[in-house]
Amino acid sequence: MAGSVFVLAEQWNGRLSEITYEALALGREVADQLLAPLEVVLLGHHARQLARSLGGAGAVLYLDHPLLAEPVPEVCAQALAPLIQARAPRCVLVPSTIVSPGIGALLADQLAIPSVDHCRDLRVVDRGYEATCLLFGGKIEAVVKVERSPAVFGIRPGARPQKAARTKWAPLIEDLTTRLLEVPPVRLRRYVPAQGWDVDITQKDVLVSVGRGIQGRDNLPLAERLAKALGGAVCGSRIMADQGWLPLSRQIGSSGATVKPKLYVAVGISGAPEHVVGMRHSGLVIAINTDARAPIFDYAHYGVVADALELLPVFTEAIESGRNQGRGVGRHASSPGATTMGDKAATADTPSGGRSWRSTSS
Amino acid sequence: MTLHILVLLRMVPDVVEELNLAADGRALAPESVRMILNESDDHALEQALLLKESHGGTVTVLALEAEGVDDALVVALAKGADEAIKITDTEGHVSTRHAASILAQVIEQEPGLRAADLILTGVQAPGDLDAPLSPVLARRLRLPHLGVVSRLYLDCPGRVVTAIREYPGGMRGEFEVGLPAVFGIQAAEKPPRCVPLAGLCAAMKGQRIRCIPSAVAAERGAPQPRIVEMRRPRPPGHAEMLTGSHEMVSLRLREILKARGLLRGGP
Repeated sequence: MAGSVFVLAEQWNGRLSEITYEALALGREVADQLLAPLEVVLLGHHARQLARSLGGAGAVLYLDHPLLAEPVPEVCAQALAPLIQARAPRCVLVPSTIVSPGIGALLADQLAIPSVDHCRDLRVVDRGYEATCLLFGGKIEAVVKVERSPAVFGIRPGARPQKAARTKWAPLIEDLTTRLLEVPPVRLRRYVPAQGWDVDITQKDVLVSVGRGIQGRDNLPLAERLAKALGGAVCGSRIMADQGWLPLSRQIGSSGATVKPKLYVAVGISGAPEHVVGMRHSGLVIAINTDARAPIFDYAHYGVVADALELLPVFTEAIESGRNQGRGVGRHASSPGATTMGDKAATADTPSGGRSWRSTSS
Repeated sequence: MTLHILVLLRMVPDVVEELNLAADGRALAPESVRMILNESDDHALEQALLLKESHGGTVTVLALEAEGVDDALVVALAKGADEAIKITDTEGHVSTRHAASILAQVIEQEPGLRAADLILTGVQAPGDLDAPLSPVLARRLRLPHLGVVSRLYLDCPGRVVTAIREYPGGMRGEFEVGLPAVFGIQAAEKPPRCVPLAGLCAAMKGQRIRCIPSAVAAERGAPQPRIVEMRRPRPPGHAEMLTGSHEMVSLRLREILKARGLLRGGP
């Protein structure tokens, strides 16, 4: 069917990622603007059953091949290119995540067509498309015009709510075959689940998350003390793990954990898209940053422009003194009806202690 | 086997600093931008130096001409790189796919670079609008590629690399990649090293940066995306900003948490 809008599903390790439905919801809008059909392309091996949840599209084009069992970008692009040449879609929306980075770029490069990455929005305009992209750590939004079809657009997580594309309708599934190189350029031996995690931060109701603004490992106790006062745990952005200041198990974001705590205190975190994707569903977000224009304030409920190193001790003191006041007399004198975070953990899960948290093996 | 590692370095705006827009609203204001070495490229360099220390061999750093790039190359030499090369005449700003063309052409034309066993670069740069660099470069060079890499274990006689690649949720993937190959580095095994002052002085004194002019014209084949506007993001929402002294702000935050039952002693 020529002239449709393609959305590439992201499947890995036997399941579809949320981004699949988010891109599908955006793809539906684009298809409606073009008055074109919407089709999902699903690559996999023995993964046909995953297509059943993709009823948000008119049809699912399923390519089954042993080499497509997991998403190696080069192999995926090799499978997609002939399909795009044969079906001539109007545009192709691909997930822009760390699972399959580069599929869109490889595909576009191979077909000599335009590619735009990091799109948070996409619409049809005169003689082409207008994509809105988040660049420079989420601090700048670029409006980009593409005047050629087909074009490939990398869609960021969160571009649309995934529920918009989750339907109970059964899609039409078209089974396709593909020919691929028998010897892939890279070979996945195995997935290695996260190991040796000291604390499961995904189960914590309160998280104090630190970023570059904490300035060094020596300042981590400031965050630990606040986490202890709130009965939570300390976690952090990518830079914290890269510097060895926090263990990988405490990392929030696209290559770390996705968390949904009741309270998320972002300390010295700018709010790059790679971080936000891991905490955007938190119940209450408080952000502390010296930069009033930091993107994290766009995702926070309350914000304070301040040096975290100065504010944290005062904030912690206020929490500790308030808690003591709330207790009244006696150690367990708080209101019987109170549901408090502090009751859940007498102490914070503290990751520091003067040693590097970079693991030596994965 | 003498290991030869090529590291690609790019200069990017420092996103920690405030970014201002140019008068035409289509680019960053150059005078307000502080250019720094791309953070993940720094990790790629560190990973290369760690491999060199473990297995011997040489590390060459290669960069496109950009503001501040000479300093970055000198620092790379001071850290332990053996050779630094700068590609000149690159017609100002280039898209990532065009950058891949330029780099691929230089690598293929220079025998010393073409012989590289590993080509490492950062997994992404903050201004990559059209593509990440490493997969496109690998395609142009017809080499295997793996991105989002955080560990490389080298089996030199077998010319095989075991690479650990990151996935969401702390999952890792263990891959086997034959050499030569291109890797997009997410993070090195260790944080990027600091530069010893003595080494920096020696590198500056030596000034061993070799220049190679680019011979690649702007790509005509695929129309490039055109930036029609740059702006600050229109947020989905914005925080209620609390102002006042640290004490006042802290007490207000305490009241907010208390009202929501997030404090001991809350309602």
